[in-house]
This record gives sequence, structure tokens and C-alpha cells, in this order.
Amino acid sequence: MTSLLKYKNLLLLGLLWLIVLFGVNTLIDARIINPYYRQILYGIGINMILGVSLNLIIGLSGQLSLGHAGFMSIGAYSAAIVLRTQPHLGGLALGIGLGLFISLIVAFGVAVPTLRLKGDYLAIATLGVGEIIRIVILNMSITNGASGISNIRNLMSWPLMYTMVSFAVILTLRFKYSKFGRAALSIKSDELASESMGVNVTKIKVLAFMFGAMLAAVAGSLYATTYYVVKPETFGIDMSIGILIIVVLGGMGSLSGSLLAAIFVGIVNMFLQSYGQMRMLIYALILILVMIFRPEGLLGLEELSLQSIKSKFIKKKEVVS
Amino acid sequence: MLFKGVRHDTIFTTIINGLPIGSVYALVALGYTMVYGIIKLINFAHGEIFMVGAYSAMIFITMFNLPLWLAMMLSMLTTAILGMVIEKVAYKPLRKSSRTAALITAIGVSFLLQNVMLLIMGARIYTFPQVFSNTTWVVNGLRVNALQLGMFLTSIALMLGLQFVVHQTKLGRAMRAVAVDKDAAALMGVDVNHTISMTFALGSALAAAAGVMVGMYYISMTPYMGFAPGLKAFVAAVFGGIGLLPGAMFGGFAIGIIETLVAGYGSTLFKDAVVYAILILVLLIKPSGLFGKGGKEKV
Repeated sequence: MTSLLKYKNLLLLGLLWLIVLFGVNTLIDARIINPYYRQILYGIGINMILGVSLNLIIGLSGQLSLGHAGFMSIGAYSAAIVLRTQPHLGGLALGIGLGLFISLIVAFGVAVPTLRLKGDYLAIATLGVGEIIRIVILNMSITNGASGISNIRNLMSWPLMYTMVSFAVILTLRFKYSKFGRAALSIKSDELASESMGVNVTKIKVLAFMFGAMLAAVAGSLYATTYYVVKPETFGIDMSIGILIIVVLGGMGSLSGSLLAAIFVGIVNMFLQSYGQMRMLIYALILILVMIFRPEGLLGLEELSLQSIKSKFIKKKEVVS
Repeated sequence: MLFKGVRHDTIFTTIINGLPIGSVYALVALGYTMVYGIIKLINFAHGEIFMVGAYSAMIFITMFNLPLWLAMMLSMLTTAILGMVIEKVAYKPLRKSSRTAALITAIGVSFLLQNVMLLIMGARIYTFPQVFSNTTWVVNGLRVNALQLGMFLTSIALMLGLQFVVHQTKLGRAMRAVAVDKDAAALMGVDVNHTISMTFALGSALAAAAGVMVGMYYISMTPYMGFAPGLKAFVAAVFGGIGLLPGAMFGGFAIGIIETLVAGYGSTLFKDAVVYAILILVLLIKPSGLFGKGGKEKV
């Protein structure tokens, strides 16, 4: 599993990374990927970051959080407010930093008391937190209330999005296979057992929650500069459920599953754009059907890696011969 | 809009204004509590059942010209069937899987109902026909509206009816038995599946009654109308102690009155935030709720 980051594969991966970076960049420059598709690409990128960030909380430590859009909105508004006076990349970095800082504090304040709660109580509590964040933003003057902030400077570019997504994925992968990640997974499968093995359950849960929340804030900042409008209504429960669908579909615990699901959802969104509300209907059905027929999601806990693909391929060959 | 034409001269007026909406929350909270008590599932779709109840009553009244009481009965019947179907199709296959999976399914059902309604009725705001007299009495300086009184009395009657069913009938005894121990109840000859089905039916019917009353009270209706009241009713159920019928009733009234007080004396915009804050506080201070007996978790 860790082979994905092992030495001999590292070179290959780095090469692949550069090829995708320059390849897509050329396609965008050559207008083969027109601005419409480019926007969809950026949307998928944001969804990928959101997906892996929520997967950290739900998939790894087993805490169902329904307030993810709230943390996203913190990042979005931070970036939007800073970019108003500093409309350049440095301002965006500052905005992301500010979002990280605020979401760190809020997530810590939320996590320490509420993570004592069990599964479904926690879900409702985080839902409440998300709503409280939305209502507070709605009533503040610096966030411009219900009309939100518009005309945010658009600084999004493919290299920026690609780098941010890569960072998010590498960080979360490292987390998953670190001692914290393993501890989180043990909490997910049996909290009492892992506690008796000496795992500091509260610390790990809080850590995973804060990490996830901060990544969501980064995604929010990117959202603000990509779509140049932020409104409180965008970050309601619909958004939180939308992120949940990515995690559930890809597999709770599989980060590469979340990436695939983000791509899938992005493409489905593109085709269903003209149908509007049909989209939510289909998502609701997906949620129910996946839970009934494949509760572990597309990939379950597994990650897609070069090795697993290789071994599958070889196995198939053996069967054929 | 809740306080149109009402002066906030006394705290009692505000409390009286909180009672009808509190009784609605109490009815919805009863459904949450009953389902949670019996299969340990937060039925996220309960708020949407409330919404379906309101819409179906409106359709019965405007399209079929039925009187209010009949429309209310029929909408209760409709949602009772809907609740049973949802349980059979979506929740029953998941009875053995993790609670997270069941909860996610419930969220899915909630969104499904919302969007199916949106598909059928469209996004436009419907108005509930005015079928209840709008007279207002002034008793000792307190204003009492006929609709508010009607809502309050209907809710009380339904709650008494539920108490009767739960404590005096065979079905109620089966429900209580299944809630305590499903396997033991099955061994004693209780039809567990039927009992769970009937619990969903009863809870959904109460939610429909609440939906009809809220439709009359706030007049405008959208497919999203069930979400916020559903959440608040859940908060009410947790406040009183989830799984306990008296707790749900008390919690409903308490949340209704607190919300009205916040809206009357503080800010209308923050009244929802206050309810969620109450939830988080209750969960932190006494997760078993006001009337609940907190038990230590056993291995």
C-alpha cells in the first residue's frame, strides 16, 4: 500500500505528475479544453480536496460530520475578504492562511467537546455547528450578509489547482499511513478495543477532525477565487451532503476512491446541469442504493496504487492462461 | 411574520405564542423518539414526512374540496403508509449494518422525498387554504388566536391518544417490549417487523398532523419546509431525553417557547442558531436528556 510512495515508484510518479501538469496546461492553452471544461476541471479539483478532507473524518476515524460546508465557508470568506484588498496570489495565500487559522480554532473548539459524542449524535451536532457558522456569516457585516461577496479576483489556474490537489492528496495519504492514521482506523473499527490498547482516542479524533476541517477551508478559499462569488446559502446542508456523497460513493476510508468519485460527480453534474433538481434526486438515490448494496462504497478501505493495479492485471492473466 | 400584529407587551403573550409551535415540535419529536427508541435510528426523513403531510392535506382540501378534519385524517393515513414503505424499502435491509450506514441512508431518503416533491409540485411556493377561523380573543390582556388554540388542543388530543396506544393496547405493549429487547420480544411471540412498521406508521401520522397545522399557521409551503422543523424537533427529542415520550413532549414545548422568546426579544435571525446551540449544550452537559437516565456504556 505504501508502495505508492516508495522510492522506486517515486520517480515514475513524479514524471507522471509533470506530464499531467504540462499536458493539461497545453490542452488548455490550445483551447482543446475550453473555458467551460476548464471550469468543470477546477470544480472537480475542489471536490477532490473536499472529498479527501471529509474522508479523513468519516472514513479514517469514523466520525460522521455533517458540517463540512461550514468549514469550507470559513475558508471561502477569508479568501474573499483578503482578496478584496490584496487581489494577487500573495493575497490568496494570505486568505488561505487566514482560513486555515480560523478553521483551526473553530474546529478545535467544536471537536474537543463534541467528539465525546457517539456516531449519530455527533452527526447532528456537527450539522448544528455548520448551520451556526452559516447563520453567523449571514449576520456579520464584514461578510456582507445574505448577498455575500461578489467580484472576487479570479486567480485560479490549472497549475495552482493541480498543485493544491496534489498537496492535499499527499498530505492525507501520509496521514492515513502514519501512526495517527492507523490509530484513527483502529478507533473506527472498535473504539473501546483501541482505547484499551493505549490509543488516545480523543486526541486522534480531534486531530483528524481538525485536519479535515482545515483542508475543507483550503478548498473553500479555492472555491472563492474560482467562482468569484461567495454566498451564505451556497454553504448550507446541501453542500455538506454533496461532499458526503463523494466520500460514500468512493468508499469510506479510500482516498483514491474519493478522487474517483469526485471525477464521477463532476462529470454527472456536467451532464445533468440542464436538469437542475434532478441531480439531487439522483444523488439521494445513489446514497440509499450504495448504503443498501455496497455500504463500504466503491473501493472500501483500499487504495488504488500501481502495485494493486499491477497485481490485479497479473491475476487476470493467470486466470486466462 | 410570526408576530404580525402582536404586541410584545408581556412575556406571557410571547409564551402563549410559543405554545402552538411548541406543540407542533412536540408531535414531530414524538415520531423521532419512537423510532429511535425502537431501532436506534435517527430518522432524518421525518421532517420530510411532515412536509408530505402538509402538501397532501393541501391537495385534499383544494382539489377534492374536503373538510379540514377529513383532509387531515387522510394526510395522516397517507404519510403512515409512506412511513411504512420507507421503513420496508430503505431501513429494513440495513437493520444489521452499522448505524452510520443507516443514518446516511436516512439522509438519502430525506433528500429523495424533498426532491421528488420538488419534481411533482415544482419550486413555487404554495399557500395553504385558509380553512380555520381567524378570530382572536383578548382574555385579561392576553391575545389568543383561534388557530393557535386549535393547534394546541389538537396536539394535546393526539398526544393523549398516543399515550393511550402505547400504554393501554397490545400494540403499545409490543412496542415497549421491542424497544427494551428485540430478541427477547421476538421469543415471547411479538411480531417485531410488524411492530416496527406500526411505530413508523404512528410516528409519521403524528408528523403529518403537525405538518397540516404548520401549513395553516405559516400559510406558505415549499418542499424544504420540513427540514428546519424536523431538525428542531430532533433537538427537542434530545432535550427531553431521546426514546422517552414525555421527554419529547416536554422538549417540544420548551424548544417552541425558547425559540419564540429569542425571536421576540432577541433577533429573529438568530433563533435557529440558538436552537442548535441548545442541542450542543444538552449533548455536552447531559447527553441522555433532561429526563433520561444516563447509563454507562457496557462492553
